[in-house]
Parts: sequence; structure tokens; C-alpha cells
Amino acid sequence: MNEQLGIKIVLLASLAVLGLLMVLPARGARQLALRRIGALLLVAMAAVAIIFPEIPQAVAEFIGVGRGADLLLYGLVVAFIGSVLASRAERKKLTAQITQLARAQAIATAAKPEDRG
Amino acid sequence: MTATVKSTSNTDVWLVVPLYNEAAVISEVIRDALSTFPKIVCVDDGSSDDSAALAEEAGAVIVRHPINLGQGAALQTGFDYALTDPSMRYVVTFDSDGQHRPEDALAMVERLRREPLDVVLGSRFLDGRTKPGFLKRIVLKLAVVFTNITTGVRLTDAHNGLRALNRTALDAVVIQQNRMAHASEIVALIGRAKLRFAEHPVHIVYTDYSRAKGQSLWNSVNILVDIVMK
Repeated sequence: MNEQLGIKIVLLASLAVLGLLMVLPARGARQLALRRIGALLLVAMAAVAIIFPEIPQAVAEFIGVGRGADLLLYGLVVAFIGSVLASRAERKKLTAQITQLARAQAIATAAKPEDRG
Repeated sequence: MTATVKSTSNTDVWLVVPLYNEAAVISEVIRDALSTFPKIVCVDDGSSDDSAALAEEAGAVIVRHPINLGQGAALQTGFDYALTDPSMRYVVTFDSDGQHRPEDALAMVERLRREPLDVVLGSRFLDGRTKPGFLKRIVLKLAVVFTNITTGVRLTDAHNGLRALNRTALDAVVIQQNRMAHASEIVALIGRAKLRFAEHPVHIVYTDYSRAKGQSLWNSVNILVDIVMK
């Protein structure tokens, strides 16, 4: 249970943050900016990991994961879940817009209520 | 028909009927309801059969979604349509598969007219007439418990499609849940807006047809997910 406690805490915390982001309705500039900064950081970290593979290895050893490759895999899983949740939120927004559009079109092309006796 | 029906011709009521592939029964459902409610709007949710044409022929106004959006979306479209009629005072949500009875709908509208209420919700469980199967009864009861806990609105039947609302209620009840979770959403919105509501015993006619078409119990899982994952 206590093996690799460090990575477990890190991964669970990232998942908790993702879950929180889904529940909190905060939209708009701040969230968009945070997401873009996050994406940039991710790219930067990936570049560092490519150039200096010993860095992820050192980090992995520091937080109690055997290999740097494992650490990257764990990170990938968290990033994947985050991406799924983000696209889910995006899809919901799109659906709401399509619904409004379809509804407006449906009512505009229907017979007017005044035409009823 | 009783004398009250003739004295109030119900021209201030719109029956909102979400319609999706019910060609087998829709003509009869509309004709039957028209004798009580002269204004019926069928929201055709992209049916692939000739439901819409049959409903129109039977005397309903058709509002046609260009694509399938779901029953919740169809109800809200019906509300929006009814709101364009300045003489509308009440809206009744009514299923297209023949499991609701116009006399129950009429009694519910009469309660809105007489009593200080914004919403009257149909309930299968206020008396013993309706006979759902054993498993369905358990799931419906669980749905009631869940809705009572999450919305703070005490009901005996959370997922009954027969409802009567006045204009005040329509301002508050704006359905966002396109698919099946709208029933719980409506209850939640009633609670949030502190609308005055009552339940009214209704008889749901479970025919072989409505049983075959009816909600799969698997859908209760989908509804739960829709509610929890906003």
C-alpha cells in the first residue's frame, strides 16, 4: 500500500484537480488561459524529457517510481483523462448551441399559434 | 364529458406532445386528446416514420426538429412554441404513446385554475390503479428517493410525463437536459424557483405497445450519469 506513495499522491491529486475542473462551472478567460499555460508547460516538459532523459528518470526515482518511462506513462494517462473530460465539456456546449439553433428553426417554420381556432 | 369541459373550452391550454416514431398510435392519441384540448403541439423529434404527417392530419400543430435532439429538448421546444401564443395560460406535457389519459390532464389543469398552484405533477403512486412491473416499480421508487434527496422536493413519482404548468412555471422551468434526465431536472427547477406545486393521482395505461416502446431500465443508469456529470 505504501509503495510508491509519492506517485500515488501526485496522480490522485491531478485526477482530483481534473474532477474539480469538471464540476466547477468557471468558464471564460481565466480557465482558457490556465488551459493554454498548462498545454505550453506540457510541451516544454516533453521537450526537456527528450533532450535530457535523465531528468524524468531522476524525478521518477525521487517520487518513488522505478523508471522514467513509467512516470511518463502515468502522466500520459492523467493527460488523456483530462483531454477526454475537456472534449466532453466542449461537446456539451456545442450540443446546447445546436439545440438552440434547431429549436429556433423548428419554431420559425411551424404554423403560428394564432392560426389555431 | 363533464359540464366544466364545455364551459371552459380550454383554448388557453397547449398540450405539448414530444413525438418520436409513434406512427402506430399517434393518430388515435391526438384525436382522443383533441376532444378535450383544442390546441395540441406535437414536437416531432426527427421521426423516421410518418408520425408527424399522421399527427398533423389528426389535427395537431407540428413543430419539427430538423435533427433528433431528445425528449427533453422536444418538451422545451414545445414550451417555447406555446409561449409565442399570448392567450396561453397553461401547458400540459403529454406522452405520444397513449399511456396518458386526457381526463387526468383536464383534472390537473382544473386544479391550476382553482387552486393557488404553479405546477401539477402526475403521480402513479398516489393510488393503486397503475400496475408497473416489479423491477420497474423498484427503479421508479429509487428514482423518487434520489430526486427527493437531490432536489429537496418531496414527490411520490419523479418520472411521470404528465404535468400541467402555468406561465409562471414556464418562466422558471427551462430544460437543458436534452435526453432523458429532464424529468429530474424539471423537479429540481421547481424546487429552486420555489414554485407552488401539487401531485395529482393519474392512471398510466401500460399497454403491450407502451411496454415494448417504454424506457429500458438501463436508461436509469444513463439518467443518473447525465444528472451527476453536468
